[in-house]
Amino acid sequence: EFRRFSLERSKPGKFEEFYGLLQHVHKIPNVEVLVGYTDIHGDLLPINNDDNYHKAVSTANPLLRIFIQRKEDADYSAFGTDTMTRKKNVLSNVLRPDNHKKKPHIVISMPQDFRPVSSIIDVDILPETHRRVRLYKYGTDKPLGFYIRDGSSVRVTPHGLEKVPGIFISRLVPGGLAQSTGLLAVNDEVLEVNGIEVSGKSLDQVTDMMIANSRNLIITVRPANQRNNVVRNSRTSGSSGQSTESSLPSSMPNILSNFVQGEEESDEEDIIIEGSGEPQQIPKAAPTSESLESLTQIELLHESTQNGFLPSSEMNLNHSAGSTSMEYKVQDPDHKSLEEDGTIITL
Amino acid sequence: MRRFLRPGHDPVRERLKRDLFQFNKTVEHGFPHQPSALGYSPFLRLMAIGTRSGAIKLYGAPGVEFMGLHEENNTVMQIHFIPDQCQLVTLLDDNSLHLWSLKQHGGASELREEHRFTLKGPPGSPPSATQITAVLAHSSREVLYLGTESGNIFVVELPSFRVLEDRTITSEAVLQRVPEDYCNRRSCELVEALREHPKNPDQILIGYSRGLIVLWDLQNNKVTHHFLGSQQLENLYWQRDGSKFISCHYDGSYTQWPVSSDNRQPEPLENVVPYGPFPCKAISKIYWQTTKNGLPYIIFQGGMPRASYGDRHSISVVHGSQQTAFDFTSRVIDFFIIFSSEPTAEFDDPSAMVVLAEEELVVIDLKTAGWPAVHPPYLASLHCSAITCSHHVSNIPLKLWERIISAGSKQNIHYSNMPWPIDGGTNIAPDPPQRDLLLTGHEDGTVRFWDASGVCLHLLYKLSTVRVFLTDADPNDNMNTLGEDEWPPLRKVGTFDPYSDDPRLGIQKIYLCKYSGYLTVAGTAGQVLVMELNDEDAEHVVDHAEADLLQDQEGYQWKGHEKLKTRDGPVRFEAGFQPFVLVQCQPPAVVTSLALHSEWKLVAFGTSHGFGLFDHQQKRLVFVKCTLHPSDQLALEGPLSRVKSLKKSLRQSFRRIRRSRVSSRKRRGGSGNASEVQEANAKFDQDALQEMELAPVQRKIEARSAEDSFTGFVRTLYFADTFLRDSSRHCPSLWAGTNGGTVYAFCLRVPPAERRMDEPVRAEQAKEIQLMHRAPVVGILVLDGRSTPLPEPLEVAHDLSKSPDMQGSHQLLVVSEEQFKVFTLPKVSSKLKLKLTALEGCRVRKVMVANFGSCKTDDYSENDLAVLTNLGDIQIISLPFLKLQIRYPCIRKEDVSGIASCVFTKYGQGFYLISPSEFERFSLSTKWLVEPRCVVDMPEVTSNNHVHKSGMENAARKS
Repeated sequence: EFRRFSLERSKPGKFEEFYGLLQHVHKIPNVEVLVGYTDIHGDLLPINNDDNYHKAVSTANPLLRIFIQRKEDADYSAFGTDTMTRKKNVLSNVLRPDNHKKKPHIVISMPQDFRPVSSIIDVDILPETHRRVRLYKYGTDKPLGFYIRDGSSVRVTPHGLEKVPGIFISRLVPGGLAQSTGLLAVNDEVLEVNGIEVSGKSLDQVTDMMIANSRNLIITVRPANQRNNVVRNSRTSGSSGQSTESSLPSSMPNILSNFVQGEEESDEEDIIIEGSGEPQQIPKAAPTSESLESLTQIELLHESTQNGFLPSSEMNLNHSAGSTSMEYKVQDPDHKSLEEDGTIITL
Repeated sequence: MRRFLRPGHDPVRERLKRDLFQFNKTVEHGFPHQPSALGYSPFLRLMAIGTRSGAIKLYGAPGVEFMGLHEENNTVMQIHFIPDQCQLVTLLDDNSLHLWSLKQHGGASELREEHRFTLKGPPGSPPSATQITAVLAHSSREVLYLGTESGNIFVVELPSFRVLEDRTITSEAVLQRVPEDYCNRRSCELVEALREHPKNPDQILIGYSRGLIVLWDLQNNKVTHHFLGSQQLENLYWQRDGSKFISCHYDGSYTQWPVSSDNRQPEPLENVVPYGPFPCKAISKIYWQTTKNGLPYIIFQGGMPRASYGDRHSISVVHGSQQTAFDFTSRVIDFFIIFSSEPTAEFDDPSAMVVLAEEELVVIDLKTAGWPAVHPPYLASLHCSAITCSHHVSNIPLKLWERIISAGSKQNIHYSNMPWPIDGGTNIAPDPPQRDLLLTGHEDGTVRFWDASGVCLHLLYKLSTVRVFLTDADPNDNMNTLGEDEWPPLRKVGTFDPYSDDPRLGIQKIYLCKYSGYLTVAGTAGQVLVMELNDEDAEHVVDHAEADLLQDQEGYQWKGHEKLKTRDGPVRFEAGFQPFVLVQCQPPAVVTSLALHSEWKLVAFGTSHGFGLFDHQQKRLVFVKCTLHPSDQLALEGPLSRVKSLKKSLRQSFRRIRRSRVSSRKRRGGSGNASEVQEANAKFDQDALQEMELAPVQRKIEARSAEDSFTGFVRTLYFADTFLRDSSRHCPSLWAGTNGGTVYAFCLRVPPAERRMDEPVRAEQAKEIQLMHRAPVVGILVLDGRSTPLPEPLEVAHDLSKSPDMQGSHQLLVVSEEQFKVFTLPKVSSKLKLKLTALEGCRVRKVMVANFGSCKTDDYSENDLAVLTNLGDIQIISLPFLKLQIRYPCIRKEDVSGIASCVFTKYGQGFYLISPSEFERFSLSTKWLVEPRCVVDMPEVTSNNHVHKSGMENAARKS
């Protein structure tokens, strides 16, 4: 069933009103539905709050395609990257019947009801041979569950190949967070911890850095198995992995560390018990003119505009994600070439 | 904006930083680790000590110090000053010779290495041909005679080290006229000693190890006298007039030989075995010193009866009927006698004996009856009992300083009044800007007070806490109790005694209030003593209280050591710091933190189980707080006790060894108990290291959890008068930080002075902060309204500090091993942080607020945090913005004990142990710098004897 109606682009109103409007035009006032739309990349994305609703409206050019599904029989896997392009290949599915036979979906909940436990981030700025993995320890009882060791790796230097000391993942604890993500493996070389290069640092130093960051650990690794790397359209597939190292954008660690600083304020708050009262999170002091916090905020904003992020929507998204600590990345059209979204949810 | 974003790019701040901060390692205090050689120049009146790590240190008058380091880091075997020169030659164990000079540069003298040289034999000769065994720096100052293993003596020119081959004294030439039968029995073998004739520089005495001694005429290149010794030779000594010399031997004997022109092959005058008739150990060095009254001083090292006293490290002094065998606490490296060096003087008239033992320097006054020891102004044996902790107090008020000195002088009455006999050079360093005390706590329960104001770290006063307790040490266990007619007449000298009778006595924490003279020390078995300075001896009862830190916890069993037993009834204390209160923690775990507030008369202490507050005015325990996590079994059992008990059993077994007087084992190189302990320790370390290497080197990455062991361990305690509850009223407070990242704050109610004895001190918990990163809290500090750290107790009362700003809002700085965090007060909200570990992978080991003054302008100074990390780096972090200012590498990261021993001063200096016996002093400040600055002038050559000598030498060369 299709309906076509118009909205004032400059004043889209609230999501609640929009949801009511949809129920009204479809004459389904008491049916719970899921609302989605196709963005400019052809991805089916959900509309379930004011922010993504506004975003959706702003991307309409001039039409905005909206999909609504009854909540009981919604296909949650429909949302996400490549969803629309995949739908176009229905024919191929028809031709291969065993593919066509979909496994029955176990509906659990909406994706945003989950807490992310890990993600691959910064795919756009990292060389293809590297992988930046974020482990969200906060809120999980699972141990991080991995060990690191000393080792040596071969680097391309101006003097030819050179053996240099490196830090490697030596063991994954079965059932630990690191193992369950599937993003880290034994013998992966650790290159950075939360944006700080580990080269020149001892095993103990790197251990201390990882433990100090254990609540929000971001490790950049060179996977031992290079066959599962992300392939990008923008780069010719022939570009050799080893040589890309030197072509890393120099500002990269900066971006990350700023990002980390801005991010973690929300998830690592100390606890105070006043007198015999209840434990409470320690709030952040109101930034004064001399405070550093305000500076980092500004810096974050400054840097992100430089790198093509849309600052306003990023800030908005951070706010909206605050309650669920779900992360959406808004990509600039320049980074359209990416085939894989930043967010991977592992259950 | 950019300027703030990238710290360290503000040109104004950068310039200011250059005026404020500067890193220097300025001087090494204490006794050199593993000394291996000793030298003395009577001309310069300087002493030189070489070490096994290749260091060479020169000492003269107090404050006159020089240090040099051989690049090779090889053991220094011998040190010889060039007569009448500011030069010395060292021989290392790699057979290399090094020429060092003291040269003036920029107004002060500096020690520099000028040349190095390795003696090379003809091609194909064995290495022994050129292995140097004896060195003679000839009085002509132009040549060195080098005796070798092969028996040949090479002559090298100074300072070029050119070998003068035509002047080599070969063993063949020496043996030419030796009687056949003697010659057949023994070949020359190595050259043991070379001695220049005291009156005739053209004659040198050559001693070979097999016993042959010859007098060699340099002018005619031939032997003038043969002395056919029958015993293996150890050393030679000329008598002052050159008419006789003494040889000492391996069998414990010494022999006097006459030198006259009539007899070219004289018989010995006398042959003495001083500690015979049973077999004796070697006499390795001997002096024969003449005096006006005709009775010589015969001073020799060793010679003890092999069976009964073979393990003693002795030097005997014989003067007429007086004879004393000084018994040293460790192996004697070398010694020398200070005597009249005036060439015109008729007699030696020895004044002092300077003995370098392996662990200490002992100087004996030979002028005063009874031969008392002289208190050295430097080279103190810091490790006479192992150092367990240190505490530095800057800027001591003169009154307290004098009282401590006077208490100390009463302890030093047995020392000689002789002025320090090694007095060469001039100290031109400016007077120390203030009086500083360094307090060291020791394993044997003593606290030593050191004058740390200047270059010479010297002992002012020693405090013992042992008297308060009943220990199992046997008071009769004194090995010095020898009767009058005991033979040999041994007399124990020196203070080195690494054997603690009870490890529980060990001092762990010290706090001294310099304004009130209150001192509190805490130890290994949970004992906390509060003391007061008393100028008189006194006998009184020490009040005793117990603090049960486990309180409401049940079902735990402490498996560590027992608490110390206290003495009942009054105890006699000598003048000085006298304890009046003893608090014993239960369980008796080691005290891990300590704080004293002398104005409120409160002392706070913490262990791995919790902390407590004691009112030492009313002698009442105010409260205790258990910090233990219920699941932390390890802390309760005290796993450290297992390690301790192993150490204790080791110690006991060594004590047994020491007790057994008869040691059948021959100790090669005279290794004593101390070196055995070291060897055992080294072996233990090595084993542990090997064990570690075998295990795969991997590290577990895991977030800290509340259930980890030792989270309740109290790391820091802090008193502050601040706004804890509301912003209108400030009150006394106590803060405690634990190993698990928890900070407790207690609001205290201290009655006003007039009702201080009537009303109890009350405490109530006001806040508890849990740092989510759970790293150990190592420092807590409150900043006042001007962001200045709160002053010390009584500092304001003594007009030495501005009163804190109580108008503006206070801030709380919590330093964990990983992060620095600033919170607002009284409502705790986080304001600033610096995540050190996350950024750099290093952890905070020591932190202290230090005041840095600008070297350019007198009126600018600022407070910063001086931080030592586990990597041995020192970082300076600004207050209150927590910006890293500067970083200096200071200690090797492998040097765990060095890092653990580091203390910072309030004015940006610091100390850390570079060996068990030495503190390295460093400075981070441009303004406060204590370093040696001294001049050594060439004394005028008064006599024409030298001119005459060199003239003759020239003549000799011409011929």
